[in-house]
Amino acid sequence: MITMDSTRSSGEPLLFEVSTDGARAVDLPGSDVPTAPLDAAFTSAAAPPLPEIGQLDLVRHFTHLSHRNFSVDDNFYPLGSCTMKYNPKVNEWAAALAGFANLHPMQSEADCQGALALLYHLRVFLQEIAGLDEVSLQPCAGAHGEWTALKVIRAYFRDHGQSKRRIVLAPDTAHGTNPASCAMCGAGVVTIKSQADGLTDLGDLKAHLNEEVAAVMVTNPNTVGKFDSHIGEMAELVHKVGAMLYLDGANMNAILGIARPGDFGVDVMHYNTHKTFSTPHGCGGPGAGPIAVRSKLAPYLPVPQVVKLSDQFQWDHNRPKSIGKVRSFWGQYNVLVRAYTYIRACGAGGLRDVSESAVLAANYLAQRVKHVYPLPYGPADGKPMATNPCAHEFITVPKAVIDRGVSIMDIAKNLIDRGFHPPTVHWPVHDCLMIEPTETESKASLDAFADALLQIAALSETNVEQLRQAPVHQSVRRLDEVGAARKPVLRWSAK
Amino acid sequence: MNYVQFTAAQRKEMLKSVGAESIEDLLRQVPAEFRLKSPLNLPAEMDELTLRSHLSELAASNVPAGQQVCFLGAGVYDHFIPTVVDHLAMKGEFLTAYTPYQAEASQGSLQAFFEFQTMVCQLTGMDVSNASLYEGATALAEGVLMALNVTGKRQVLVSQGVHPHYRQVLQTYLSDLPTEFKDLPLKNGTTDLQELQSFLEDDTAAVVVQSPNFLGHLERVDTVAKFVHANSSLAIQVFHPLSLGLLKKPGEMDVDIAVAEGQPLGIPMQFGGPYLGLFACKSEHMRKMPGRLVGQTVDIEGRRAFCLTLQTREQHIRREKATSNVCTNQGLLALRACVYLAAMGPQGMREASQLCHNKAAYLAERLAKAGLSLRFKGTAFFNEILVKLNRPVDQVLSKARSAGVLAGYAVGQHYPELADCLLVAVTEQRTKAQIDALVDLLK
Repeated sequence: MITMDSTRSSGEPLLFEVSTDGARAVDLPGSDVPTAPLDAAFTSAAAPPLPEIGQLDLVRHFTHLSHRNFSVDDNFYPLGSCTMKYNPKVNEWAAALAGFANLHPMQSEADCQGALALLYHLRVFLQEIAGLDEVSLQPCAGAHGEWTALKVIRAYFRDHGQSKRRIVLAPDTAHGTNPASCAMCGAGVVTIKSQADGLTDLGDLKAHLNEEVAAVMVTNPNTVGKFDSHIGEMAELVHKVGAMLYLDGANMNAILGIARPGDFGVDVMHYNTHKTFSTPHGCGGPGAGPIAVRSKLAPYLPVPQVVKLSDQFQWDHNRPKSIGKVRSFWGQYNVLVRAYTYIRACGAGGLRDVSESAVLAANYLAQRVKHVYPLPYGPADGKPMATNPCAHEFITVPKAVIDRGVSIMDIAKNLIDRGFHPPTVHWPVHDCLMIEPTETESKASLDAFADALLQIAALSETNVEQLRQAPVHQSVRRLDEVGAARKPVLRWSAK
Repeated sequence: MNYVQFTAAQRKEMLKSVGAESIEDLLRQVPAEFRLKSPLNLPAEMDELTLRSHLSELAASNVPAGQQVCFLGAGVYDHFIPTVVDHLAMKGEFLTAYTPYQAEASQGSLQAFFEFQTMVCQLTGMDVSNASLYEGATALAEGVLMALNVTGKRQVLVSQGVHPHYRQVLQTYLSDLPTEFKDLPLKNGTTDLQELQSFLEDDTAAVVVQSPNFLGHLERVDTVAKFVHANSSLAIQVFHPLSLGLLKKPGEMDVDIAVAEGQPLGIPMQFGGPYLGLFACKSEHMRKMPGRLVGQTVDIEGRRAFCLTLQTREQHIRREKATSNVCTNQGLLALRACVYLAAMGPQGMREASQLCHNKAAYLAERLAKAGLSLRFKGTAFFNEILVKLNRPVDQVLSKARSAGVLAGYAVGQHYPELADCLLVAVTEQRTKAQIDALVDLLK
């Protein structure tokens, strides 16, 4: 256990530590009406003990903090499965337009025709991209979309006298949200095995399919970066027992305009607008997780739905079979404005080029490093990527480097010191790096990243100890995360 | 424009290096039968100039509250947003970063979330806060799920004074689980405390009240908590964050879980989202909390540092046994609230709260002089009042709308017995002149 050395805590102080009695960053107008007393039973004697700080010091504090973050604006961020593509500035411009930003959600529909039109058209675009019949824009994020979609499936089966369908099958490489969302819907989860080549084991799937299965959740392209060519057979098997095929849309960035989930047998899916449609990740949110379904599931979608009646856009609250409301008001509106702006900027051709370029970038990067960073799901040794290509991301398990005593985390921390955000680590398989370059990086930035990976591997032959020290160029070095969880300190307290 | 930077020559070179003649060689993995045969049926691409005109036009076909005089509340409020909030929260280093999994590359957002968690505790008087949830209604649903989990009981009692959307969302969350949801009735606009006592059962996991409640009235949350604790159940309060510059904190009233919509803390109304779910509780429930948590630790040289912690509660490790499926916080909005609270400070919060209350009280007094009364006289309120009108609510609303005023919210759609009432919210942004003009429109 390492203890805090106050002489070394020379980092940015906490707001509370620089609080000065009486300092202020903003002023408010005086009251133009009499002060109204309130019953003491309801009032607090003291104002909340928030920090007190002047405006310039406040600006400097958050500016200093901003310097301690890697971001897409500043760094290559090849975080597998997260699609850290460029977030176009015009999206931010659009979201900040007063006509959107200052709209109260309870205003009359007549006041909100532009906002509703945008939602309606986005709904139609997402239906088309999915090849499915109806989209709900309500869910707050991908995981919330999953949960919403599973509720929709449950409601459909209940309505069709099949309440006993309570089992959801998901592959062992599924995102952790898949089983967690199932549990929140009262559904049981059974794990399906993957084969050595990364594709679903159809035999294992068959063995688990029966009339208690409500849905099979898949990610395609899957989480090891391969398009699952079994998808047609899977859909057939799933539909034969009357279950639904659910697609986790995390990897839609690989197939825009190339293939549509509805066409390959998917009944219901969610999008992550922050992955596929360039809305910013914002240190972890806000996201948005629209869901798309076949028409038989549409009556169960959450209320309200945006609809067009003659020339007017409206909210339809009258959907008696709906699962109900899944959040207050109408959705992550200003996130959806950004997604709409992006889809309009790209158009049909541009979206297809997004996916083609994302696939090209991943294969190019894999090709550059695979002689040192082997690909368990890639081509045979010495063969080019085109003989067994990846989709928009790939997994490497650099066994030789690890055998020299360098851990995956060591590689990640060395990338940080070289100015790159590390790829996803240890997921979906142990000791892997999962690399998703996205389509918006330049060739020069892909090359620089490949060079860094190769340098680290080369260094593992001569100086393992140096690699284990990283990072050394950041504001902090490696953290005691075990200690953080053992004795959690979740807030500052006055001594 | 799709923001791809490869030139034609580079594409050719890259294809060659991977052994492909064309991009088709890399797309072969998608079986031919599933390949899209024609382009997506979407509008053509747009250059930035055309795109901006198009979006300007869409935005201009709205008549936002910002262009009118806004007395509309009902859970979303037209509060003042200091300029520094927009400026700092829009910095690309925050905007375009992801969840801070790699702590050494994310100390900026991690420290900001630690400060956010601390300020939510200071504001609410609660022991611990998470790094935020989606928005108010889902924060309440997560709070109720946590209470069910903590107590092992099955029943939830929810006051009818809780925002109707929140009650609907809670019902959706509970509908496939072995739980029972019961409405607690109101009496004179606040939760009927006698009924509460008779509703409490052995199997009651939690009681949910909102204060100020949806009708604007302050609840005796301390009394509710006392009754609820005597029954070994948990008390959950939905609060209004900007009221806490003035009102008793949830912690002072001994509630177990406090949740709220954080929109009043520097977040634009933006047509309903994205907003910010605030979630705080007593420390004994820390390990059962949903959502991201940031903790303080040290690096190998003993320097203070921050990281995501208690991740064994979470879906990416615990899968179906996780405390929630939530895997994001509302990072950027938590950052906005963090800047807002620091900018306002204790004095600013006190003044903003007092201004809101003063102006609502002034409106109530002016209305009384004009012969219009509050629906429930003598019931304490913060900044939202329920006015009984002498004319049909729709008529009054449309007359006000023609004068460029959003006069309030017609509560009859949720409370049929209050069909003649208008819920009017007054924030620190409204002036005496605007309030006087509203009184004339409501008469």
